[in-house]
Amino acid sequence: MFDNFINLYHGFAIASDPFNILLMAVGILLGVIIGVLPGLGGANGVAILLPLTFSMSPTSAIILLTCIYWGALFGGAITSVLFNIPGEPWSVATTFDGHPMARNGKAGEALTAAFTSSFVGAFVAVIMITLIAPLVARFALQFGPAEKFAVYFLAFASFVGMSKEPPAKTIVSMMIGFALAAVGLDMVTGQLRLTFGSEELLNGFDFLIAVIGLFGIGEILLTMEEGLEFRGKAAKIDPKVVLKTWATLPRYWATSLRSCIIGCWMGITPAGATPASFMAYGIAKRVSKNGKNFGNGEIEGVIAPETAAHAAGTSAMLPMLALGVPGSPTAAVLLGGLLIWGLQPGPMLFVEQSEFVWGLIASMYLGNVVGLLLVLTTVPLFASILRIPFSIIAPVILVICAIGAYTVNNNVFDVLMMMVFGVLGYLLKKTSYPLAPLVLAIVLGDSAEEAFRQSLLGSGGSLGVFFSNPLVSTIMVLGLVAGLWPLISNAIGRFRVAQPA
Amino acid sequence: MAHPPHGAPGSGPTQRNAELGTALLTLLFGGIVIYGSLLVGVGWSSDGPQAGFFPFYVGLVIAGCSIINLVQALRVDPTELFAEWGQMSQVLKVLIPATIYVILIPYLGIYVPSFLLITLFMIWLGKYGWPLTLAVAIGVPVFFFLTLERWFLIPLPKGPIEAMLGL
Amino acid sequence: MNIFNAFGLGAITALGITAMSLQPAAAWEPTKPVEFIVPAGTGGGADQMARTLQGIIAKHSLMSTQLVVINKSGGAGGEGFLDVKNSKANPHKIVITLSNLFTTPLATGIPFNWKDLTPVAMLALDEFVLWVNAEKPYKTAQEYVTAIKAAPDGTFKMGGTGSKQEDQIITVAFEKAIGKKLTYIPYKGGGEVAVQLVGGHVDSTVNNPIEAVSQWRGDKVRPLCVFDDKTLPYTDKILGDLSWSSVPTCKSAGVDVEYLMLRGIFMPPGVSAEQVAYFVDLFKKVRETPEWQQLMKDGAFNPTFMAGPEFVSWLEGSEKNHKALMQEAGFIAGN
Repeated sequence: MFDNFINLYHGFAIASDPFNILLMAVGILLGVIIGVLPGLGGANGVAILLPLTFSMSPTSAIILLTCIYWGALFGGAITSVLFNIPGEPWSVATTFDGHPMARNGKAGEALTAAFTSSFVGAFVAVIMITLIAPLVARFALQFGPAEKFAVYFLAFASFVGMSKEPPAKTIVSMMIGFALAAVGLDMVTGQLRLTFGSEELLNGFDFLIAVIGLFGIGEILLTMEEGLEFRGKAAKIDPKVVLKTWATLPRYWATSLRSCIIGCWMGITPAGATPASFMAYGIAKRVSKNGKNFGNGEIEGVIAPETAAHAAGTSAMLPMLALGVPGSPTAAVLLGGLLIWGLQPGPMLFVEQSEFVWGLIASMYLGNVVGLLLVLTTVPLFASILRIPFSIIAPVILVICAIGAYTVNNNVFDVLMMMVFGVLGYLLKKTSYPLAPLVLAIVLGDSAEEAFRQSLLGSGGSLGVFFSNPLVSTIMVLGLVAGLWPLISNAIGRFRVAQPA
Repeated sequence: MAHPPHGAPGSGPTQRNAELGTALLTLLFGGIVIYGSLLVGVGWSSDGPQAGFFPFYVGLVIAGCSIINLVQALRVDPTELFAEWGQMSQVLKVLIPATIYVILIPYLGIYVPSFLLITLFMIWLGKYGWPLTLAVAIGVPVFFFLTLERWFLIPLPKGPIEAMLGL
Repeated sequence: MNIFNAFGLGAITALGITAMSLQPAAAWEPTKPVEFIVPAGTGGGADQMARTLQGIIAKHSLMSTQLVVINKSGGAGGEGFLDVKNSKANPHKIVITLSNLFTTPLATGIPFNWKDLTPVAMLALDEFVLWVNAEKPYKTAQEYVTAIKAAPDGTFKMGGTGSKQEDQIITVAFEKAIGKKLTYIPYKGGGEVAVQLVGGHVDSTVNNPIEAVSQWRGDKVRPLCVFDDKTLPYTDKILGDLSWSSVPTCKSAGVDVEYLMLRGIFMPPGVSAEQVAYFVDLFKKVRETPEWQQLMKDGAFNPTFMAGPEFVSWLEGSEKNHKALMQEAGFIAGN
């Protein structure tokens, strides 16, 4: 472990080269732009800029590219909060309370909380990487299909049961998500299913299309119903909002810490940032004393998912470097870059290219600090976007949604689907079907089913595989407890109420 | 259709009908999923579930819960409103142009319909003057053209007009 | 015995004929960015190759406009192929293929055939290697096969990419060759398969060299044999004294299975000969860059280059071969 510190020290010497610091700032700014613009996920941004970096040293190049990635992560929160349009799967949970805060005129607070939490999550994860990198990589190898399924199960279990809506509606909503996720090619048998011979349905329903429709378009329709004004319009923009919000944040240290742990853990397991954000939100809602107010603009509801998502996103970088398995499309593009620079990601990277690895880790520290400072200065600017009258901003949001939906698969059919989802979102919201379970199911349904069936293939059809070793059993039991918790706590509650009577 | 009859402030589609409609819609969806699953096999073969196994039960659950929701919807107070007609017409004012917008995209590309949508919105709903309207309506597509197509090389759909201009 | 000679023979005949007769200078040039469709997800072998090509072309300014990589992976790549098929006579679109050019229409019934596209060039052929976890006692393919034969059917687990695609085709051929069943477990991507092998969740894989080479360097996995008719020519040391050239052929180990995967470029139907010539020429230039040669070496590719009628007849042979293989394995849609 001591070696790690020496290596890190050398890493800092490399990363704090003025040219590299400049690259970080440029990367973060580009990343924020990429995160805010529709259809430009981090993957695209990194892929497009990759060729530009071939003339740099690998370390400088990866610093630039990872900073674009950080920037895009920061930027993703902006559209979630302001327009209810999450650009990435792990920003969905941020909309649940972030957007209501914006509508209550607290966009500045929400953005500050989101950015700061991202920073905290990422920073804690980097510290963890520094301390226990080799251990982490070994732990990640323990995850076969059964363990992966257990993690998905845990994520679902800790998220369901938290909605106030009628159970039958919650179930319908989640099952619709599963059904939509199943459309297209069945990976395990190589068969097409639920496509009914339509070429447009080959690709299934992409999560982003559904979310842009359900949340983005649905929100515009709801806003129209309530009149043309954007409710946040009157919010006055206070440049000191950042400091004022900061003063309140330490109060939520428990939520932050819990979300960091969830995030780091989910990042190391190959499940990733999306289930981490949902899980952190779900647990925060149950544990917090303001839990009942979640969904109406509770700052804790922004802190929990953002912290967890970024802790997970950052700690996922480590298995990527050590195992050569990209956890996200962006990471995949980064990996492609490594190959062009003549670096082979994999177990030997830490040994043969330790200067590169520790330079990268050091740049995670510095890049996050630089990133936080940069994005915080943009808070008043972005918050002021909400002062633009709705009749100007609404068509522009529609255009942004259309572009965003199109660029997911470069398919105009998706833009039509987005509108359908928009109407559906409006209708479901008005008839009190919760949308969150639907989205969670679309995001994870496919992977969960895949992991489940891979496990059964391996075990020859025996369900015992989910309790075949201590790791998978522990996660499954945690999942069962989390899933049944509402029943358990309800029973306890009733028991307590019944007693005094 | 854009101007449904404006009744008294208290009239509009009822919540009960909306709930019934939604439940029927999900029931139909569940049926489609069940049918689609049956096409690919819903059994449990020697090496685990077949392709349609999960969707089949998902479809069954959707159908089952939809029926519960349908029954519950019948109990909803029949006088409660989903929305007033006035509100509905507000919604339709966005929904209809937006639907036409997405239908036009495959034929005209994204730029021209975006221009038309923003113009329509600002003139008709926002009651803005032409100078500001045109500035926004032209500025936004041009901004996206420059950033996405030129800078980030992400091709967006284009129609005959762009082809004529050789873009 | 299974000798997939269309692959083997094609490779032999074409090897060395890489320097094709130079065609007259292409008169046509792209006038706007060229879309480079990848009918597979990000991070896979085809995607890596496409992005490397994009990088090489940008770095050496081989094209006057840009090359934009777009992934269309839906329906086992069917989405990407259909997109190209439907872009009739659009010269600003090219697609990189893998074996799913043949397997996807057969396995899923998606309506397209490689004849719907315009073949441009074969860039390389990708090898397949039988891998096991380095902690397992099997040092040679014979030892591994003996262990499989000693156990009941389905005891040993083979991991691979996708279902009814190249990895599973090889697995079925392997089963036939040794007369014992394995349990095939499909995963989404080659990198994930390699990690599952390292983690001990499967017993063996048929990863492409580039997907598993870094794990080999780290002494986590061990190559047993290569599914080709001769050993690989690359002699750079990878682990200790071992190099790609020290991996024996599976045939020499008594498993008579050969399979090579196409990495080729196609264009939409109805493009002109000039337009095809432009891209043939472009990829010839790419092949001369040091980065490309490095990629060939890192991934132990078979750097066969083909274009024109030679490529078409190779494709015809390969298609027939795939049809026969998939028929035998029962992978054809509607079965």
